[in-house]
Amino acid sequence: MHNHFELFGLAPAFSLEKDRLEKAYRDIQSRVHPDRFAHAGDAERRASLQWTTRVNEAYRTLKDPVQRAKHILDLQGVDVAFETNTQMPADFLMQQLELREELERAVGSKDAASLDRLRSTLTASRKNLEKQIGEAIDGRKDYAGAADLVRKLMFLGRLDDEIDAAYGEVE
Amino acid sequence: MALLQISEPGMSPAPHEQRLAVGIDLGTTNSLVATLRSGVASVLPDAHGRPLLPSVVRYHADGKADVGYAALAKQALDPKNTIASVKRFMGRGMQDVAHVESAPYDFVDAPGMVQLRTAAGVKSPVEVSAEILRVLKERAELSLGGSLAGAVITVPAYFDEAQRQATKDAGRLAGLNVLRLLNEPTAAAIAYGLDNAAEGTYAVYDLGGGTFDLSILKLSRGVFEVVATSGDSMLGGDDFDQRVFCWAVEQARLPPLGARDMRLLQMKAREAKEYLTSHGEAPLTAKLSTGDVVDLSISTEVFCGITQTLVQKTLVPVRKALRDAGLRVEDIKGVVMVGGATRMPQVQRAVADFFRRDPLNNLDPDKVVALGAAMQADVLAGNKPQGEDWLLLDVIPLSLGLETMGGLVEKIIPRNTTIPAAKAQEFTTFKDGQAGMSFHVVQGERELVADCRSLARFELKGIPPMAAGAARVRVTFQVDADGLLSVSAKEASSGAEASVAVKPSYGLHDADIERMLRDSFQHAREDVHARALAEARVDGQRLLEATRSALQADKALLSAQELADIEQAMQGLQARLGGTEHRAIKQAAEALGRATDDFAARRMDQSIRRALAGKRIGSL
Repeated sequence: MHNHFELFGLAPAFSLEKDRLEKAYRDIQSRVHPDRFAHAGDAERRASLQWTTRVNEAYRTLKDPVQRAKHILDLQGVDVAFETNTQMPADFLMQQLELREELERAVGSKDAASLDRLRSTLTASRKNLEKQIGEAIDGRKDYAGAADLVRKLMFLGRLDDEIDAAYGEVE
Repeated sequence: MALLQISEPGMSPAPHEQRLAVGIDLGTTNSLVATLRSGVASVLPDAHGRPLLPSVVRYHADGKADVGYAALAKQALDPKNTIASVKRFMGRGMQDVAHVESAPYDFVDAPGMVQLRTAAGVKSPVEVSAEILRVLKERAELSLGGSLAGAVITVPAYFDEAQRQATKDAGRLAGLNVLRLLNEPTAAAIAYGLDNAAEGTYAVYDLGGGTFDLSILKLSRGVFEVVATSGDSMLGGDDFDQRVFCWAVEQARLPPLGARDMRLLQMKAREAKEYLTSHGEAPLTAKLSTGDVVDLSISTEVFCGITQTLVQKTLVPVRKALRDAGLRVEDIKGVVMVGGATRMPQVQRAVADFFRRDPLNNLDPDKVVALGAAMQADVLAGNKPQGEDWLLLDVIPLSLGLETMGGLVEKIIPRNTTIPAAKAQEFTTFKDGQAGMSFHVVQGERELVADCRSLARFELKGIPPMAAGAARVRVTFQVDADGLLSVSAKEASSGAEASVAVKPSYGLHDADIERMLRDSFQHAREDVHARALAEARVDGQRLLEATRSALQADKALLSAQELADIEQAMQGLQARLGGTEHRAIKQAAEALGRATDDFAARRMDQSIRRALAGKRIGSL
């Protein structure tokens, strides 16, 4: 498996220096991007396409908190079984249920303002979870604990997608 | 020219080696060609000094075609053979084309893309577009005094796969080396950003003749990064004309119109719309072939009233792009207005109200896309030394996915993913001993296949007999820098492999292109073979030079055997360059390409290692 942090010359950590990542990404892109090989031969164009694709994939993974955390856990050899392990604490599920009911009400009454409110609540919860994930991974090296938090964060991500779709219906 | 362009500063091609490259804005209403001269981008006018080429093609019974103003003038006289706004039909089936009933053409419902019956035979929108591109190519070659090394053609950011593929095919058909398909709002951002040394987050509001795009970009020194894009590929200035046309038909209580009268009244409607940009009231008069006389006057109030829903419709993608980018209106530093339709005062007002700031109109909205495309073409042709060029990061506008059980879509690559991008996903068999698997590639945001656009279907055969769920079929989506998709599938669990590369069903096959080229050359008095030979020689020569300089720089990366293989392939190509068989030259060039594949990859790796090493030293 590729180590995406290594590609950008970064230490594998959840808390990330965004500026350094962005700079490294742009440095590499400016050397491998297909725009630099538009007039070159097929061999160079193929190599460029492969590299750019890989660099974009790595950048996308590291930029996104859920993907970044999963990547670190993968590198640590932690089997998180995200697809099969769907157990969640009852209070968390309760809270999610309430948020979804709120979402349905907003869609029913075509109320874009309450979608905005819902989204800012959600953003705050996500930020909070990300902070906890950082403490678990970078601080305590508690990868199993981090995996539980990442599952929650993924759950919130799906709700965010649903809010997105809801805007489409409300507008 | 260095094979990998990792040359030291100052090693850019000398001025006399500058390759001629142009940017082409292939618009719904008008098309333009622009190029860079002494560092300044300018639009190339025709012999009469006119910068725009109306995107109108008129076919004659002898197979010849008029393009531009000459065709435009005959629109009402010969509506069936005079094709306007052909961009609306690119990559579109009959059922996708809006206002079919009020288009005066003789449509032929063909699989994949609608076709048009004309005096010169049945024409596909790709062929009609190629006529326009051919005229622009000739204009550029005449004015620059040489043959073009390449062209950048712009497309609406919200164009889907089929529409992009059709545009690229039209470029090939016109004999252009298409360096890149560039999104129109991105091209505008390049022109605007470089002109104004702009930094920060900008929105580009691009309302063209037939399409609407909204892109949000982060501009910083040397980097243009598209953060999100949205739009409506069926909304543009034409729709405003259509509203005026319908209003006039209703006001004048006209009976159903024939093709000529319809075309005439549509042209009058457009003139009235344009007049209203700077006047409070516009006359709308026409004498129809039936003897009916239309004598109306339309006020700004009425015009704004009947088009208000269209203006509001553009704000839906604006909000969506902001949400996708995770930005608020306050985060946008400026809104660049692009496309002739943004001249309408009610559009300007709506954008100003929404963004709570005056839109930026300091570049000609008709030309800015072509100018940006010319600047990018110059970079892609390798004319800019390293350090003076820029990095362009663009995204796909619509999600790409596969149909799964129950007519649902599994998204493989989500919208707004930076390109080039690839993603692989594993699928398995449903039944014991299943020998084949069929795939349906779709594009769109909806969950049901029926609500998305179907791109291609293909089958993977030859899966060895296995229990249900035991096969491992890996499907890979690859989107290239033009935003074009290729899909492949591979079964690998039993060691036996099967793979298939998809040629999307809507694209033209090489044989089609060759046939169309032959057809068009019969009229152009140009020899297909002579041209193919000349092109193959130039390409072959370029490849040899590139390989020589790459060897000079990095021979050390090769073993003695590898070096011998490459040298042998070079000799093979050199020997065939003098011959007259363009296919033999192409084959020898391809062989050399294959022989240098590993070498190219190794040089790329080395370049990246150096980049990273430089960074670590720098940050110590």
